[in-house]
Amino acid sequence: MNLLEQQAANRRRTWLVMALFVLVFVIIGFGVDAFIIGDLQSSMPIATIAALAIGGGRAWWSLRYGDRAVLGSASAEPIDDRLARATTDDERLRYRQLQNVVEEMAIAAGIPAPKLYVIPDSDPNAFATGPDPAHASIAVTDGLLSTLNREELQGVVAHEMGHIRNLDIRLMMVVAALVGAILLLADWSGRALRFGGRGSSRGRDRSNGGAGAAGLVLFAIWIVAIILAPMIGQLLALAVSRRREYQADATGAELTRNPMALADALEKIEDAVEPTPAIKRGTAHLCIADPLGKEAEDGEGAWARMWSTHPPMARRIAALKEMALMPQNPTIPTAGR
Amino acid sequence: MIFLVPLAILVLIALWLMGMYNRLVSLKNQTQNGWRQIDVQLKRRHDLIPNLVNTVKGVMEFEKGTLTAVMDARAKAMGAAGPADASQKEGELSQALGRLLAVAENYPQLKSNENVKMLQEELSATENKIGFARQFYNDIATKFNIARETFPTNLFANAFGFSAAELFQIQDAADRQVPTVDLTMSKS
Repeated sequence: MNLLEQQAANRRRTWLVMALFVLVFVIIGFGVDAFIIGDLQSSMPIATIAALAIGGGRAWWSLRYGDRAVLGSASAEPIDDRLARATTDDERLRYRQLQNVVEEMAIAAGIPAPKLYVIPDSDPNAFATGPDPAHASIAVTDGLLSTLNREELQGVVAHEMGHIRNLDIRLMMVVAALVGAILLLADWSGRALRFGGRGSSRGRDRSNGGAGAAGLVLFAIWIVAIILAPMIGQLLALAVSRRREYQADATGAELTRNPMALADALEKIEDAVEPTPAIKRGTAHLCIADPLGKEAEDGEGAWARMWSTHPPMARRIAALKEMALMPQNPTIPTAGR
Repeated sequence: MIFLVPLAILVLIALWLMGMYNRLVSLKNQTQNGWRQIDVQLKRRHDLIPNLVNTVKGVMEFEKGTLTAVMDARAKAMGAAGPADASQKEGELSQALGRLLAVAENYPQLKSNENVKMLQEELSATENKIGFARQFYNDIATKFNIARETFPTNLFANAFGFSAAELFQIQDAADRQVPTVDLTMSKS
């Protein structure tokens, strides 16, 4: 698939996963209201609303203040401070190149240039954060600056700019809110069931006699859903994260019109095997490479791939090569499959 | 009560028209802004060039012709009349700069001079920015044109005064040619 087709496919799949997510949440939430609170027939599904409110509140807070927390935890230094502290001309040139590359990509993306930070870590990695494109930040590691040439750096910055422009940070906040809400509901249900669901008999009382058996079946299904909910929520969140990585790759390629630059950068990053300790867990889904070093290899099978925030590097590189109309390694399935 | 149905339909159509109009306004303004961004980058280049020429003049004494060509092209570009003329003159300036940067590769003293390296980075970044500004302009103008021409928006777009945006293109066929570089060491 070419670049535009890949982007359209990515958008469709994101919608699909988000729809599934909302469905899972609704099933669990209404189940809680029906079976535990036993109050579904009055107009307010209390538990569902409460869980959404709490989950949403936490997500709004992260969106508003999360970028400062994330940059702080990674010991990110603003680029101007680094330039002031630079001792050699080569260093100054490198920082200036980074600044120029960020400005170039901001022009290509039509957004204001994000604030730029450098992270003191020798492993090549980068992430983007911030509530919206007008208040965004990009951070790169020292390792990235020393490993990549200007073109490849541009590819990586374009990928991060793609995350910002596609509002991925906001999307992942919504996803986190839903996961949080699902976990809350599962938790409440677990407690309530253990101490005797107040509403379960009331629920059955309210339903007609003939619906009693159906009610029991629904109840059983819902119990299974409650047990599986945390895992399902996590898996869906990870599926969204992976799909957005492909999309950011495609957007980056669109901004630079040079997919091979990013493909080369990803190959170099993949070769640097160690994890990036400076970047903590919470930001993993916004980085260009999995900072926990746990990215599944392509051959590891579907189960391992389902639990990672990033798609296997080989597939990302194959997708980019497809955009560049380069010949493919026939054994590697590409992003579209 | 039955009149509520056609009323609801009218309200929905009105809302849709409003949404479509606002979207076209937003895209049109972004397109105009995109066009002005190109000018911002072109002006940056005008400001940077005298610095570069001064820095390399001492070392590249054999290349007076190339250096003068750059300064002349810059003056012409700054004095251009109208967008079509400007587009052509800026293209000629790009070519002159390209020749200068290519010829500078021949001078090892320039390659190791930090000031020159920084200036070269700034110049090539400015060329990149001009290119990306044009790319963004074409991208956003295409989005606007697509929105304008899609059914059913196209039925109303002209009525509301949204005319098609012109894409940036090379005016002068000479710009499509790769600049030729004369590497002979003649005193010109």
